[in-house]
Amino acid sequence: MSQPKTLFDKVWDAHLVRPETADTPAVLYIDLHLIHEVTSPQAFTELRQRGLRVRRPDRTLATMDHSTPTTPRNALGIIPVIDPQAIAQLDQLRANCAEFGIPLYELGSANQGIVHVIGPEQGLTQPGMTIVCGDSHTSTHGAFGALAFGIGTSEVGHVLATQCLLQYRPQTCAVRVDGRLQPGVTAKDIILAIIARYGVGGGTGHVFEYMGEAIRALSMEERMTICNMSIEGGARAGMVAPDDTTFAYVAGRPYAPQGAAFETAVARWRQLPSDEGAVFDKAMDLDASTLAPMITYGTNPGMGIPIDAPIPTPEQLPDAASRQALDKAMAYMGLEPGKPLLGHKVDMVFIGSCTNSRISDLRQVAAFLKGRKVAEGVRVMVVPGSQQVKRQAEAEGLDAIFLAAGAEWREAGCSACLGMNDDKVPPGKYAVSTSNRNFEGRQGPGARTMLASPLTAAATAITGVVTDPRTMLS
Amino acid sequence: MEPITTFSGKAVAVAINDIDTDQIIPARWLKVTDKSGLADGLFEAWRYLADGTPNPDFPLNRPAAAGASVLVAGRNFGCGSSREHAPWALQGYGFKAVIAPSFADIFRGNSLKIGLLPIVIDEETYHELLSHIAEDPETTVSVDLPNQRLVLPGGRAVSFPIDSFARHCLVHGVDQLGFIQQQDEAIAAYEAATPDPVNTLRPAVAG
Repeated sequence: MSQPKTLFDKVWDAHLVRPETADTPAVLYIDLHLIHEVTSPQAFTELRQRGLRVRRPDRTLATMDHSTPTTPRNALGIIPVIDPQAIAQLDQLRANCAEFGIPLYELGSANQGIVHVIGPEQGLTQPGMTIVCGDSHTSTHGAFGALAFGIGTSEVGHVLATQCLLQYRPQTCAVRVDGRLQPGVTAKDIILAIIARYGVGGGTGHVFEYMGEAIRALSMEERMTICNMSIEGGARAGMVAPDDTTFAYVAGRPYAPQGAAFETAVARWRQLPSDEGAVFDKAMDLDASTLAPMITYGTNPGMGIPIDAPIPTPEQLPDAASRQALDKAMAYMGLEPGKPLLGHKVDMVFIGSCTNSRISDLRQVAAFLKGRKVAEGVRVMVVPGSQQVKRQAEAEGLDAIFLAAGAEWREAGCSACLGMNDDKVPPGKYAVSTSNRNFEGRQGPGARTMLASPLTAAATAITGVVTDPRTMLS
Repeated sequence: MEPITTFSGKAVAVAINDIDTDQIIPARWLKVTDKSGLADGLFEAWRYLADGTPNPDFPLNRPAAAGASVLVAGRNFGCGSSREHAPWALQGYGFKAVIAPSFADIFRGNSLKIGLLPIVIDEETYHELLSHIAEDPETTVSVDLPNQRLVLPGGRAVSFPIDSFARHCLVHGVDQLGFIQQQDEAIAAYEAATPDPVNTLRPAVAG
């Protein structure tokens, strides 16, 4: 019998155009290339300068999400773009896609949305594929058992021109999550706990494979939340073996194989999970049954605590570098070591981003907000991940619940996750955010971000202070 | 791309671990459609005070750091976003190399592609280098890329890892895209042998 292989090994090996040699990296074929307005313009310029074509426009899809506003449509049904730089960037994407024959989901059009929401939604993201995008949260697509990772703009150019990338084989890390989640604790809390435990550099050089009872029990949208933040643990990609949950999610979507072709694909996808006895280079683990909702107190996603625990004190930290980082984070956040975050006043709650803007996230939030009001003085933004999520939420009446509670219901996009469009957290203000990064200034200059689950965000929106969602479960 | 072989340069230290690419270049600078002007946004939130004047305490703003071409930083440098604008901004500012105990994967890859050299050293050497810079803000280091050697002040040389392909490309000023293009026949053969999992121009059913 041949050597047992991991899920990663199988996908990697199946995409080798040319294997790694002593002097050269592997040439890896890319099945799907997603592009957006921010990290692609310079790559198209490079193509033009070299007189190159896009090799596979039929394997490429563009959307507009990062620099776009999420302000509600005007009387003409148009989302107005005011920022001249954003206008220029969107115009350029439009022109590039037209020139090179790449399909584009325009701002406000029926399928537009955050790049990592639309791929799975359209059935473009499928098990066993290689998927890249000029965006580090491309790891999201690994939830389907795809090898998906973020690339820089030079590499965007490489893929546009050749549909290939030069890569050295990364190492693998098995991330086992056993046990059952308690009520009020979610997939977001699992990934925040993993990063808090193993650090923001713990996965560097590795591809995570999430496995175990707790992962098997998750829906596809929950698995996407976990894989999305693999990069926050330092891993360029995170994967989950495909199973019946995966196949049921993919079935019937516009770009998924149909009928007999789907059955053939499923038979192929069933061969993907890691073989018994497959060897990983590294291992991590977590017991989901003992987890509490997690929240971050600092300025990287590894600075997280159970919501009912105090912020660590310098004495509890292992080394001088961690103590220095804590000092710096406390100064930026205006918080004190040893104090609880529970009860801390917030100014804003952001529900959205490629981590938590899918329909199941919005349903959870709506269940909490139904018949309640958001706290006075707290701005609550609810931003669907895509136009399709938005339509679905409206068909279910979720928009009416958000609006009646006093929250904002906005158009689809990256919004306040990254401070490059009009949606920002004001300087010095506190936000509980369902996004993925709490870096200094991430949500706007001086913004103070606390990352948490949609449930924690919803509970906090109602009370106006950091709140344990378990106290509000019905 | 300009070939890189050996160079010496003044070193400046931002001795912080886990410096993310949002610090290196905040997102508002990502609205450009070319690579120009990014140096002005480098470390923007740390480099400037709220009124827009330079923060005199930030290492890059100290008079002795003028003209520095080597940045020394803490472990996991360049974590977070995949934005190549981060190495573009560092290079635009005048840096030729970043020296750190470790780098985030995507940042390291992006830097190698544009000729900004990521040099990995052990923690001990890192602290030694920080002491040198603290004692003498005019400290210079020398880099010998073909031999993968970093010469510290005082003459101690340490070797640093870099994959042989990236080294070859940097030393000869050749870019990696050219190498992939040479594989055209193998790529075409792969495509011919492999069924298309998706076609973005044509949904399997009307969406």
